[in-house]
Amino acid sequence: MLINHPILGPRDAQEFVYLGDANLLHRPDGLAEGAIAAFHDYAYQRGNPAGEHRELWYHEQGDRSWLVVTRNTVTHEILKVELARDVARREGRSR
Amino acid sequence: MSQSHRIAGGQIDRGVALRFSFDGKSYTGHPGDTLASALLANGVRLMGRSFKYHRPRGPISAGSEEPNALVELRSGARQEPNTRATVAELFDGLEARSQNRWPSLAFDALAINDRLNSFFTAGFYYKTFMWPAAFWEKVYEPIIRRAAGLGSLSRLEDPDEYDKGFLHCDLLVIGAGPAGLMAALTAGRAGARVILADEDFRMGGRLNAETGEVGGRPGADWAADVVAELAGLPNVRLMARTTVAGAFDHGIFGAVERVSDHLPAPLPGKPRQTLWRIYARRSLLAGGATERPIAFENNDRPGVMLAGALRAYANRWGVAAGDRVVVFTNNEDGLRTATDLQAKGVSVVAVVDSRRGGPLLPGLRHLQGAEVVDSAGRLGLSSVTVRMADGRTEVIPCTALGVSGGWNPNVNIHSHHRSRPVWAEGIAAFAPGADGPAGLAVAGAAAGRLSTHGALLGGQAEALAALGDLGIPATAGDLPKAEDAPVSITPKWYVQGGKGRAWIDQQNDVTVKDVKLAHQENFTSVEHLKRYTTLGMATDQGKTGNVIGLAVMAELTGKPIPETGTTIYRPPYTPVAMGALAGRSRGKEFKPFRLTPSHKWAAEQGAVFVEVGMWLRTQWLPRAGETTWRQSVDREVLATRKSVGICDVTTLGKIDIQGTDAGTFLDRVYANTFSTLAVGKCRYGLMLREDGMVFDDGTTARLAPEEYVMTTTTANAVTVFRHLEFCRQCLWPDLDVQLISTTEAWAQFSVAGPNARRLLEKVVDQDISDAAFPYMGAGNITVCGGLRGRLFRISFSGELAYEIAVPTRYGDALIRKLVEAGEEFGAVVYGTEALGVMRVEKGHVAGNELNGQSSALNMGLGKMVSKKKDSIGMPLSQREGMVAEGGYRLVGVKPVNPADALSAGSHFLPEGAAPVLANDGGWLTSMVWSPHLGHCIALGYLKGGDQKIGTRMRAVNFMNKTDVAVEIVSPHFIDPEGERLRG
Repeated sequence: MLINHPILGPRDAQEFVYLGDANLLHRPDGLAEGAIAAFHDYAYQRGNPAGEHRELWYHEQGDRSWLVVTRNTVTHEILKVELARDVARREGRSR
Repeated sequence: MSQSHRIAGGQIDRGVALRFSFDGKSYTGHPGDTLASALLANGVRLMGRSFKYHRPRGPISAGSEEPNALVELRSGARQEPNTRATVAELFDGLEARSQNRWPSLAFDALAINDRLNSFFTAGFYYKTFMWPAAFWEKVYEPIIRRAAGLGSLSRLEDPDEYDKGFLHCDLLVIGAGPAGLMAALTAGRAGARVILADEDFRMGGRLNAETGEVGGRPGADWAADVVAELAGLPNVRLMARTTVAGAFDHGIFGAVERVSDHLPAPLPGKPRQTLWRIYARRSLLAGGATERPIAFENNDRPGVMLAGALRAYANRWGVAAGDRVVVFTNNEDGLRTATDLQAKGVSVVAVVDSRRGGPLLPGLRHLQGAEVVDSAGRLGLSSVTVRMADGRTEVIPCTALGVSGGWNPNVNIHSHHRSRPVWAEGIAAFAPGADGPAGLAVAGAAAGRLSTHGALLGGQAEALAALGDLGIPATAGDLPKAEDAPVSITPKWYVQGGKGRAWIDQQNDVTVKDVKLAHQENFTSVEHLKRYTTLGMATDQGKTGNVIGLAVMAELTGKPIPETGTTIYRPPYTPVAMGALAGRSRGKEFKPFRLTPSHKWAAEQGAVFVEVGMWLRTQWLPRAGETTWRQSVDREVLATRKSVGICDVTTLGKIDIQGTDAGTFLDRVYANTFSTLAVGKCRYGLMLREDGMVFDDGTTARLAPEEYVMTTTTANAVTVFRHLEFCRQCLWPDLDVQLISTTEAWAQFSVAGPNARRLLEKVVDQDISDAAFPYMGAGNITVCGGLRGRLFRISFSGELAYEIAVPTRYGDALIRKLVEAGEEFGAVVYGTEALGVMRVEKGHVAGNELNGQSSALNMGLGKMVSKKKDSIGMPLSQREGMVAEGGYRLVGVKPVNPADALSAGSHFLPEGAAPVLANDGGWLTSMVWSPHLGHCIALGYLKGGDQKIGTRMRAVNFMNKTDVAVEIVSPHFIDPEGERLRG
């Protein structure tokens, strides 16, 4: 597979490490009420659809960017590639 | 023997004679020959024995689809089994041997299987070797293994090298027949970067095997001219002898180039084969079509061939495979074989045409509405029995039979992403379907366009379309004139009325009868049919037989063929050598080695090294007179505890963490707190995974208010860094914190033991007295009069200890300096074994305890997890099950009888309890022999272990059958109060 890195252009998937469901960006607050239940879902309830999926990939043999790759897991078509940092900020994560 | 079957013409160099041998007998051939064409030229038809029944077999094809003519090539370490004689390029001195026969090809003892064929039907193995179960390993498997397989391995190291390479292009053209050549020419002339790959050693595809003209000249000449023009274009790469084996995602293809298979040995500096990864913006499959036979009784005798192959041997290689030829066809193309052979002066005694009506071939005995129903001849064809249209049968003597059942487009590459081929009624074959790999077009016979004109037109049109997509301007040149004969075919898959021993898959000996049996036993889906009968599971992957098998099944189930469908096509297109897949990654080059800064020095001292991940670390350093590893390790431990020892700890991961939020960041990734750490101090840190289990541990020092340096375990250096980047970029993108791995930047040595400070005082420029550099101190220093370095007062051994770091390039100098400075103290350099002994003596956890399934509480470190702050893993580490009383706790273990040995992996059982799972109390994780204490000691995880200190248990190990009485003790065997550390 080729992943079109937002900064570096098309790179072979072999340069990347795969993590999975990009929902991992949404880490709950560990000090909040009911944190254990929230973290249970966060750590164990991962999406794994046959079809369009947002995934985390890490350019380990490259510039160390974490990317959010929107990919069809059936056809392997890659629909969008973004820096995870940008996605995280857009979705409300900061400090 | 002279080349008795050689006739005029062909693309061989008759001026050069190549000597070769087959089963020890010498023959000659010419450059341009394959092993099969040369053997046929010498009148040799019998080339092998079949897999199951050991039936005599000869080639049926002239290409890579060959199921029968599998031979062993070369001898010694280069011996290679199961190579297809039909694609093995002849060279002077080639040695070939038949396989799967004993004692000889002409007389094979296991041919008895053929007489017993009623037992060896489909599913034979499934039905026969079921009972008794105990027989499997001892009786059945050895027998099957001996009888199975075709060729044999030399069991010697392959002396050749294999390479891997990467190529990029605008257009990859797969196949250099008329469609591929026309496409490459169109794209090449337009200036696009083109790769043209063909599995053959001569480009041209079927044009080399046909007599038809292209642009007013023989097709082979036209092909040669196009290849010459392409060779002159700098933007075109011609890759003959290169099989595109698979289509992968996003325009990536795997291709094997047989760089040196046509030579006795690779030329100096050249690999035997190269595995290419080709990145193509657009690609075109122009892989042609493969002819299929019609199955009839005893259709597998040497001499029975595909009609197109018979024609190819005559036209391309100047070989008449037989002197009296019969052709059996259901389509117009089969007639071409008859007329071509007749034109070459070969005696064509009959054309058996299963179709009725239409014009008769002039000057030939053209039997319409007739079928070949049987054949005869012990080791090769001597006659066929023909059933005429009126039902009479006639035995016609002949030495070769050309069979044509139609042509199957080579859809494989197009179907590698699960695109299902679609049935094309006009050619009675499967053609490429929808949803092929993105960017891959198909042209020519592969697309079901079987005429030469159709191929040229399709190749040009698809090249133009691809260039259009890419925005490369191109023009359609003049299309050379070529035949455009329509396909006339009346499907016929097998001849009715025989006993059923009509072969479909000749390599795996699957017959029409086997398909019928599969149907009878309800294995009717094509995927079940395949697995039950082994149809298409041989090295040829059923290129000639699969469609017939599923057509027979369609007939039996009453479903149309399109509905019956095909099995899934998977890479590789033809077999790929393991060596090509391995490339250079074998033996010592299997993976890179990372060497520590002290490696050269240690190697000079005769150190024993151990692989730790990719690192080679010193395991111990034997001295003269030491005969066992234990002597060396015991000495290293005792000398360190008595005076001082030095150990290279460079392999530990080092990560520089800087920024105004560095302390906050560390508080979140470590279970304990680091923002409060004073500058100039370090602290042990425990890192959890989000599921609450311990991930890693190490010490982290604060060198400046906004600068920390973290150490990780050797094993997790990469994964911790990855995790920290995840936290930084994905969880808290606005924290001001930067990370860089400096594992390779610093050479780091541990100096441990009561004399550690005295030794280092001779090397370090600054005051490092206890007052100036207390326990857990850390800071920048200079050594040897000005070289920048770092010093950390930390200890893994439990002794007064430091870790000293200098830039890596000075590591070799520093180890020599430390050893020299330590001479007066009797300093030793110790390896990973002594390191392991001392950490167990001190009760520190390491890899065996940090097993990914243990919590901080399990390790006795539960109090380190701060609940006042949120950190990775903290919430889930507090789950009910994780904090329950009575869970596993780290304990020390010693044998009740000091003479008893302990073994890691033993399970704890109460005294007197039966060794069953219900009584299992935990397990022993790490065991060493403590020279300090004079007996074995161990660490382990024991349920409720914190409440069981002082009690006795048994350590039972079924693997080495030991059962030892042990006492559960504190894991701190040495200096539990830590007085030595602070000395």
